[in-house]
Amino acid sequence: MSALSGLRRPQGFAFIFKANGAAAVRRNTSAAGANTPVFKPLTSVLIANRGEIALRVNRTASEYGIRTTTIYTTPDAHSQHALCSPFAVNLGEPTTYLDGDRIIQVAKDQGCNGIHPGYGFLSENPHFARKCTEAGLTFIGPPWQAIEAMGSKSQSKDIMTAAGVPCIPGYHGSNQDPEYLKAEAEKIGYPVLLKAVKGGGGKGMRIAETPEVFLDQLASAKSEARNSFGDDVMLVEKYITKPRHIEVQVFADKHGNCVALGERDCSIQRRHQKILEESPAPHLPEEIRQDLWEKARAAALAVGYEGAGTVEFIFDNDTGEFFFMEMNTRLQVEHPVTEMVTGEDLVRWQLIVAEGGKLPLTQEEIHQRILERGAAIEARIYAENPDMGFIPDSGKLLHLRTPAATDTVRIDAGFVTGDEVSSHYDPMIAKLIVRGPTRQAALQKLRAALEEYQVAGPITNIEFLKRICVSPAFAAGDVETGYIEKHRAELFARQPAAPEVLAQAAIGLLQQEIQAQSADSIFGVPGALVGFGTGYQQREFHLTEPAPDGTGEPTATTVRVRQTGPSIYTVSVNEADYPDVVATFDTASNTITSFYPHTRLATTFIRDAERIILFQQGRMYRLQLAVPKWAEKALGIKDVANSVLAPMPCKVLRVEVQEGDAVEKGQPLVVIESMKMETVIRSPHNGVIARVVHGKGDLCKAGTALVEFAEEGK
Amino acid sequence: MALAAPSRELLALFRRSLRTTTLSRQPYRSRQCRRAIATYAHSHHASQVSILPTAVDTSSADYKENKRSMDDVVSRISALHARIAQGGPPKSREKHVSRGKMLVRDRIAALIDPGTSFLELSSLAGFEVYPGEDVPAGGIVTGIGTVSGVTCMIVANDSTVKGGTYYPVTVKKHLRAQEIAQQNRLPCIYLVDSGGANLPHQADVFPDRDHFGRIFYNQARMSGMGIPQLSVVMGPCTAGGAYVPSMSDESIIVENQGHIFLAGPPLVKAATGEVVSAEELGGGRLHSEVSGVTDYLAVDDAHALVLARRSISNLNWPQAQSSTVMKTWEEPLHDPEELHGIVGTNLRRQIPIHEVISRIVDGSVFAEFKATYGSTLVTGFAHIYGHPVGIVANNGILFSESSLKGAHFIQLCAKRGIPLVFLQNISGFMVGKDAEAGGIAKNGAKLVTAVACAEVPKFTVVVGSSAGAGNYGMCGRAYSPNFLFLWPTAKTSVMGPEQLSSVMEAVGKTVDPELKARIERESEATFSSARLWDDGVVPPSHTRKVLGMGLMAACGGSVVRKETNWGVFRM
Repeated sequence: MSALSGLRRPQGFAFIFKANGAAAVRRNTSAAGANTPVFKPLTSVLIANRGEIALRVNRTASEYGIRTTTIYTTPDAHSQHALCSPFAVNLGEPTTYLDGDRIIQVAKDQGCNGIHPGYGFLSENPHFARKCTEAGLTFIGPPWQAIEAMGSKSQSKDIMTAAGVPCIPGYHGSNQDPEYLKAEAEKIGYPVLLKAVKGGGGKGMRIAETPEVFLDQLASAKSEARNSFGDDVMLVEKYITKPRHIEVQVFADKHGNCVALGERDCSIQRRHQKILEESPAPHLPEEIRQDLWEKARAAALAVGYEGAGTVEFIFDNDTGEFFFMEMNTRLQVEHPVTEMVTGEDLVRWQLIVAEGGKLPLTQEEIHQRILERGAAIEARIYAENPDMGFIPDSGKLLHLRTPAATDTVRIDAGFVTGDEVSSHYDPMIAKLIVRGPTRQAALQKLRAALEEYQVAGPITNIEFLKRICVSPAFAAGDVETGYIEKHRAELFARQPAAPEVLAQAAIGLLQQEIQAQSADSIFGVPGALVGFGTGYQQREFHLTEPAPDGTGEPTATTVRVRQTGPSIYTVSVNEADYPDVVATFDTASNTITSFYPHTRLATTFIRDAERIILFQQGRMYRLQLAVPKWAEKALGIKDVANSVLAPMPCKVLRVEVQEGDAVEKGQPLVVIESMKMETVIRSPHNGVIARVVHGKGDLCKAGTALVEFAEEGK
Repeated sequence: MALAAPSRELLALFRRSLRTTTLSRQPYRSRQCRRAIATYAHSHHASQVSILPTAVDTSSADYKENKRSMDDVVSRISALHARIAQGGPPKSREKHVSRGKMLVRDRIAALIDPGTSFLELSSLAGFEVYPGEDVPAGGIVTGIGTVSGVTCMIVANDSTVKGGTYYPVTVKKHLRAQEIAQQNRLPCIYLVDSGGANLPHQADVFPDRDHFGRIFYNQARMSGMGIPQLSVVMGPCTAGGAYVPSMSDESIIVENQGHIFLAGPPLVKAATGEVVSAEELGGGRLHSEVSGVTDYLAVDDAHALVLARRSISNLNWPQAQSSTVMKTWEEPLHDPEELHGIVGTNLRRQIPIHEVISRIVDGSVFAEFKATYGSTLVTGFAHIYGHPVGIVANNGILFSESSLKGAHFIQLCAKRGIPLVFLQNISGFMVGKDAEAGGIAKNGAKLVTAVACAEVPKFTVVVGSSAGAGNYGMCGRAYSPNFLFLWPTAKTSVMGPEQLSSVMEAVGKTVDPELKARIERESEATFSSARLWDDGVVPPSHTRKVLGMGLMAACGGSVVRKETNWGVFRM
């Protein structure tokens, strides 16, 4: 018996499942084929993943005395997950997290007897799971047969239909003739959803609103699917216009037990990927909730499931109907939401199940727990720019400050200050999970925690998350998957910086210059007025607040700072004058503390080349130093308005325009791919293309000009 | 018990801020805590010995009256400086800015390091000097500032004032700046924007030793001494002016704005008939690409100043201060702003010089030398912004004893390499039968010899009157102090107007009724400063800062300590 056994409670069957089809499948797929599973203790586990989930798994495994081995790639050599265990193996190339054979070999070499796949990468690869099992390693996840069954969307729907789980009307057949698919779409009724059978995470997915756009959307979805999964088989489904994404966390053990650990509402999505997840789902009648749980258990049992899984449903807000979408045969990114509402450690449950133990709680106990513990919500913090269509960003984390973790505030992060958010991998920086007695309390807490969350370096979605938190409809629980699109005007409204913010920025710049030069100061009448003159200490700082989406007009402001004493400044911003501001800059915490005549402000100030990032009173501001007038002529720096820049490190997939073309604002110019995601770069204004700088297949760094416009009048 | 452990209240008596009496320099000690044997004195108690107390009562009528009158004078002088700091007439300034040029003070602000101070010198130069002509600051701004961490002398023409042409006072101010640079080994930055010599004044500008030509002589000599010379050509440099960039170690020019030529287009046309544009004749591109007169081509003023800062950063200029300069210091215990109320404007009243010293030196700590001997001259050691200094300050008429004490103290400082600060408020050496019999002439001469020969940086601040031989003994202009500043109330003249009148009458001259008024006017600080007899008028409360800047200039960089060789002391 392993040390784990003492922590478990023997458990009988939690409930009686009535899905008749499930039992049949179970008999067929159960690998062991016996009702008395062998207990196989886990002593050493290889974590076949990176980032926060690798750290998450490591945490629980270490807690129970299981040795962990981590793997990493060359760009990840200094990342936190690679440093968290004394046993860390370098796989080399950035793509090697997908090299299953190699990982199995490493696990054997390191003497591991189990592999935890995390999420993404190999977690839902049935071949990998099978190879693990064949190599004598415990794959900490469901049996490979279950993964395979759920991996194919068409196959999974057949199984679900047989098990009595409602599925969305659609065509999942093998006839991929575009015209045939179009005819099927007619049968289902528009709007329809096109989805890659092998797809996931929103990739290879398109909506056709009308028959006219069907074929275009199909081609686009196929192209993305080919690039992402090497397979472009598509399915067509009914598209629900006001849908919610509600999923049920299920757990099953090798003894035939299966429980639902509550549901999660993950309706707030961008690019078909979740950013906010909460449990319980708001405004969900109790009988529907219980029905959802029951159908989810039925779905799991239908494929002989073991371990952690998530059954995703699409919920029609208008009718109260729900349909099975897919089952994710892994621990999900948002599992902490469930952990928060149930008070359980799901990774520990995974280990128990993998060892052959029984589920620690019954369905009734779980239900009781949820009722007692209230509501939890998770915000995913991504390095991405919401204002530019949520395109991923990358770069060094110059500054990172997180809210204090407590029983009800949890942070699952994969990075610390100074780490590089690599463009090779998913741009998720961290997950922030909070819990409160009610949804409203949890939401309020989330907003407060987000206001304390400071990330400087890559652009993040934190400001956007804060805006959702205070969005009235969201606060009212009026969620749907199209929420962001529907409330676009409110969520993306431009909020210009207050004059005090600009004043703080200017003081910060000045103080930073002063501290940089007087590291070994030899004299101390710093900046004070000497004699009768007053004319030499005033300096002008030209700051611009770039348009968030990169296309609008930046706001330019001149801030005048006159230093009248060692740390005394008179600042003027537009019409506002602030005399005798006493300001100090603490370099250790990057904080400027200023006493204005009317208020005290403590601002975190980060400067990176010409970028300035400020955190003040719970808001982040991005400013830029204006380029001096002489720079263009002296250094040949062109005004960026005349060229379109790559927003992130990327590969050029297609160039849609030619030199000499006249283009209109919004017209597609270049299609780039970054992080396996296609992004269309559109024209910021009307104009004529002077030069296409990069052609198809070129790899570009962020900030590289892609297309140059002809200067006006030429 | 009480004997062994002094109460909190008693200990509080040692707190320096509570000490308010001048009668007893020694802090009051009660019997209970006085120790009979003191083989150990705590450093806290030891330090009390040197802390200057204050007897100033800020609520007294005298103080209020003094403050009111000094405030008036200071605000008048302040307003005058503010007017001068605007430069030339509004029209010229607008024209200047509309050409994309920066005003001279903005150029300096952009040139110096952020967060550092600029010590402008002789702002009042040319004030009411040329009847009917307004020449603010003499048409040239000079001063000491920190550029890329290096303390530099900045000399910048103001072309909004008479086209930046050189009046006699402009030349004098330029040469004085170079003299300071040479004496204190300060790299020179010339921001050139000048039409050359002011032709109507050519006789007072061109021919003499200390006229225009001396500028280039100084540049060559300083370059030879290893004092870097840098020019930034931001406007015309015609004729002699062309030599400023040409004689510099490195030169920067702004294209389509800076021009260097021995003769401008009109003169060329007159001389040879050749028609040529200024840019073709001596523009930035020509000099940077063809003639090689300049080394760097800038696109505008701001760019040129960035390049100038870069050039200074490559001087490999030593940064080290003397190891005896303390890294940390305390501000004076007593508020320098109180000087207004202490001093007032009535010079007939004795200025309590200890009160002044305590508002200038670090922590108001002053180790007085020979406090009880020759007490009309106060001498002692102190620090200003961590720099050790020896202070020589008048506290009455100079007697033989005071002179001897001064000479003795100056010898100490010279031997120890401690800079000297003279606080001048002197009507002269004592006169009369007793004084002459006591050898005041030879004793005064000892003080003058010591002042003249001491090879340490010297700073003079005229806080009251500066008259007669007292001016010499207290390091007046003729004794080449590194810097000499005046308070707004300072009066400089050979003697007071009344004495002068009575002496004149005594020797049988009829006294012009206007004379007294003229002498009165000529002894004013503004009159002196307008003629470069000093380096500027400073607010009393800034004395400490000004001296600090001066010490930074005189004791930093590549300055090396010199040995002092004394003249013969007549004993």
